[in-house]
Amino acid sequence: MFRRIPPSALLGLVLTSLFLITAIFAPLLAPYGKTEIVGAVWEPLSSQHWLGTDNLGRDLLSRMIYGARTTIFIATMATVLSFSLGSILGFTAAVVGGWVDQLLSRFVDLLMSIPTLIFALVVLSVLPSTVLTLVLVMGVLDATRVYRLSRAVAVDINVMDYVEAARLRGEGQIWVIFREILPNALSPLVAELGLRFIFMVLFVSALSFLGLGIQPPEADWGGMVKENKDGIVFGIPAALIPAAAIAALAISVNLVADWVLNRTTSLKGGRGA
Amino acid sequence: MPENSTSPLLEIRDLRIEATVYPPGEAPHDITIVDGVSLTLQKGKVLGLIGESGAGKSTIGLASMAYGRGGVRITGGKVVLNGRDVLKAGRQGLRSLRGKEVRYVAQSAAAAFNPAHRLMDQVVEAAVVHGVASRAEAEKRAKSLFRKLSLPDPDNIGKRYPHQVSGGQLQRVMTAMALCSEPDLIVFDEPTTALDVTTQIDVLAAIKDAIRDTGVAALYITHDLAVVAQVSDEIMVLRHGKLVEWGHTRQIIKEPRQEYTNQLVSVHEIEHQEKPPRETPLLSVRNVTAAYGGGPIDVLKDISVDLYAGQTLAVVGESGSGKSTLARAITGLLPPKEGSIEFAGRTLPSRLAERTRDDLRELQMIYQMADVAMNPRQTVGTIIGRPLEFYFGIRGRERDARVEELLDKIEMGHGFKDRYPAELSGGQKQRVCIARALAAKPSLIICDEVTSALDPLVANGILRLLLELQAEEDVAYLFITHDLATVKSIADSIAVMYQGSVVRYGSKSKVLAPPFDDYTDLLLSSVPEMEIGWLEKAISSRRMESAGN
Amino acid sequence: MGMVARLVAQRLALGLLLLFAVSILIFAGTQILPGDVAQSILGQSATPEALANLRKELGLNEPALSRYFSWLGGLLTGDLGTSLSSGADISSAIASRLANTLFLASVAAVVSVPLAILLGLIAVRYRDRWPDKMISAVTLASISLPEFFIGYVLIFFVAVKLAWFPSIATVYDGMGFGQRLMTVALPAATLTLVVLAHMMRMTRAAILNVMQSAYVETAELKGLTAFDVIRKHAFPNAIAPIVNVVMLNLAFLVVGVVVVEVIFVYPGMGQYLVDHVSKRDVPVVQACGLIFAAFYIGLNLVADIVAILTNPRLRHPK
Repeated sequence: MFRRIPPSALLGLVLTSLFLITAIFAPLLAPYGKTEIVGAVWEPLSSQHWLGTDNLGRDLLSRMIYGARTTIFIATMATVLSFSLGSILGFTAAVVGGWVDQLLSRFVDLLMSIPTLIFALVVLSVLPSTVLTLVLVMGVLDATRVYRLSRAVAVDINVMDYVEAARLRGEGQIWVIFREILPNALSPLVAELGLRFIFMVLFVSALSFLGLGIQPPEADWGGMVKENKDGIVFGIPAALIPAAAIAALAISVNLVADWVLNRTTSLKGGRGA
Repeated sequence: MPENSTSPLLEIRDLRIEATVYPPGEAPHDITIVDGVSLTLQKGKVLGLIGESGAGKSTIGLASMAYGRGGVRITGGKVVLNGRDVLKAGRQGLRSLRGKEVRYVAQSAAAAFNPAHRLMDQVVEAAVVHGVASRAEAEKRAKSLFRKLSLPDPDNIGKRYPHQVSGGQLQRVMTAMALCSEPDLIVFDEPTTALDVTTQIDVLAAIKDAIRDTGVAALYITHDLAVVAQVSDEIMVLRHGKLVEWGHTRQIIKEPRQEYTNQLVSVHEIEHQEKPPRETPLLSVRNVTAAYGGGPIDVLKDISVDLYAGQTLAVVGESGSGKSTLARAITGLLPPKEGSIEFAGRTLPSRLAERTRDDLRELQMIYQMADVAMNPRQTVGTIIGRPLEFYFGIRGRERDARVEELLDKIEMGHGFKDRYPAELSGGQKQRVCIARALAAKPSLIICDEVTSALDPLVANGILRLLLELQAEEDVAYLFITHDLATVKSIADSIAVMYQGSVVRYGSKSKVLAPPFDDYTDLLLSSVPEMEIGWLEKAISSRRMESAGN
Repeated sequence: MGMVARLVAQRLALGLLLLFAVSILIFAGTQILPGDVAQSILGQSATPEALANLRKELGLNEPALSRYFSWLGGLLTGDLGTSLSSGADISSAIASRLANTLFLASVAAVVSVPLAILLGLIAVRYRDRWPDKMISAVTLASISLPEFFIGYVLIFFVAVKLAWFPSIATVYDGMGFGQRLMTVALPAATLTLVVLAHMMRMTRAAILNVMQSAYVETAELKGLTAFDVIRKHAFPNAIAPIVNVVMLNLAFLVVGVVVVEVIFVYPGMGQYLVDHVSKRDVPVVQACGLIFAAFYIGLNLVADIVAILTNPRLRHPK
């Protein structure tokens, strides 16, 4: 199956794995502590501080490494939440139909008529700023998109003759959902998983950048852009480094997702899927 | 091969057409769609191009306009129209030729008309753009063509939008559009295939009259030999992009020289002896009336039919007649408002959810589109094996053995067990669906248009298989179809449906013998027969009848 | 024409109903969530007296329903209440900021919409050839870029290194139009880059869908020029999908404004909202949230109505 991976997808896979390894082994990889002050403010790149120091004189590379951990962890948790919530409700709505479907779908329409970031800001204005709150707010709001996709996919499959054939045979709902619908819905959902993860990375970074996400002195990429942004006007590019890392992570995952999507749409069902 | 006269209108020599395909998991490669086909067409003559799907007939038709649909490339040969090499005409040259000298009539007029413009604007467009006529002249001609093609309200129908007229009418408007710029050649690409049979005959007659009156030449592309026999002077049989046989219409249908042509000509000749009714019916549909979603419109009106064990009841009707709805009512997918379904002496619960597993087992179903009737993520072994597990609890080696036995029955090798549906041909897919139905050891199988999506020869093989299996297993079929030719080869009794009612019902010999009711008469007389002059006879007898009334 | 009018009226009514439902949701989001609003505003160390005062000031002692209706009543009469943190009237504070935001968003829209459609057309015209491939590679990358990356890269290189434009977008009353334009140049460029890729990709898909239809083939086989095929046959059918794409992206732009305003310290609605979220100034957040949502709903409404108006099946019923 992995015979021919296009170079772009290979690059995406390698970079994504590197980011993941960095996040997992952050304490082993970081040369200095997360909040340890090791030098002057905004020192340039040097052999001691490969990426220089930040607005408080902390080692930027170390904070980048710990930041990878925070950003990826929160984005992953929120993606898991949004995916499980969205797909379970979406499948249920499609297969059960009737008022359950109507109720869920109208509520999702309502939630989606408010821009996600705006609604998150409204809710965060009264909730305490904790990691749990962030994951919950992001996960629940984004679940609406997963719900729409999985419901649409399941509705399409649900009207196929082979699903009707299974119902006529007398199969129960469990068989219909897990053996007839799910295997055929998997490919579009897997491709979507990557896109949702990217969205979560951008979302949590934006919230932290606005000062409403991860709170200092915890390191996360969006927050680090905020911490170092005042240097920009003095020609100090420290804020660009975490911003570029976010972009690089998003692009790598996007390259992988794009490949998965192309591969699965060209596959008309069958072998090795 | 018919003799050539001095200057043909269209001459195609050694045409070669290729396309690049991108199969999943394989390197993209080129395939040959048309391989060295040559033909000539004289002014005012009609050449029928016939073949099964993949024969390259539409591709050849479009190549006469130097057009390749969907990345198809003309890689060799010559196409000469009116003495000009079309393939070397260049952008400008092609524009002056398309729409003026040669026109195209598509299979689906509904898709080929622009939904945003009125019909008249589209009909006269090419004539006006190419300077064949002024707008006023073109409109006048269009109206007279509408009249010639027996369209209703010919003076005003042009003011309508495409979605405001019916499919059969739209197909005629498209023919008028082609004739409006007075071309030398029209390519008809399956113009009546999407129509109901009683509509097809009128459109066919209109097209034939128009061709005769205007003296235009035509390439008439279809998969239906009986249709093409009505309109063409010559017929060319194609298979896999290659020429099989080319000759005068009479010679092709009366004395085919190639074995493949012979098969196409004799495709409907399955002899089937009607069986007499038995004592008690296996299935009785009693006064069933049904509507969708509890709505006020009854799609089934007081239907009563019987089916005997080991026999076939054919339910015939056009689109919208309610024949597939009847199947849904019998299977329990659409519980009837009134009436009952009796099966083997007991009344079946009307709702699917209330039927016992044995009720469900006894009654199996085969669908029109075998592609979507099988889960693409399951192997043939799983698809056939599941009913064995589900109804009889047969597992493991015993199940494998039974699956192999069933593969033998449908004349497919044991190796197919591990294949996925995407790897099978259309006919093989339908065979697997038959095996899945048989696996449940049912006493009744509902066949919903099971041969409609298949090429005639493949469909024929499926019909023969179904008849053999009926003899071996004593299974009954409720055979739903729009195709009367199929009915003759398989049915023991027939129910003709029209607008939700059964208008005629009885044994095959009775239903197909006069005196007929109006609708059955119309239906029977509309089915094209492989006989030159059938169309004229059918139309004139219809006119006489309506004059007599 | 009656049917179209009815559908449009229906859609408008639905939009109003949606706005009403959204107002409930936004109100509920800030009032009925777990935790005491007064506590979370003042923090854990607040004295009981201070809490009681704030609760009274916020009207928290009244039932939620009556608070909602008095808030809604205020909204309908143009009274958005007073800010908790500054005590200022919210309506007047928002008015000038809303104008600033609309100016920024309009400049971005005026640049990005034609550019996206043009690039979309180029991509379709040269489909699967290098211009198309290059455009789609660039868009794939730029979809992944956060607003602040684009914004700070522009500030760093164009404003700081090259000093072409100001890095901070300060506007004041009585500023000339040209000067204003100069000031919003970088924020507008950032916003344009943020939405351009999406809009172009979707435009490309919408046009391709029309160009591959059977009626465009019919037009080509009539021997029409490429220009006529597009003008007479593709364009009328492509309006609705393209308007849909544009509206969707303008809605997207409204959200992008929030982050971009913070990057450039631009005195608009977005920055006003973010400032007051950190101050936990609930009345301001509610008002801003509702205004953003109203724009979002309005733009989607326009897309739906254009789709109804350009659909020949609805304009000319059977």
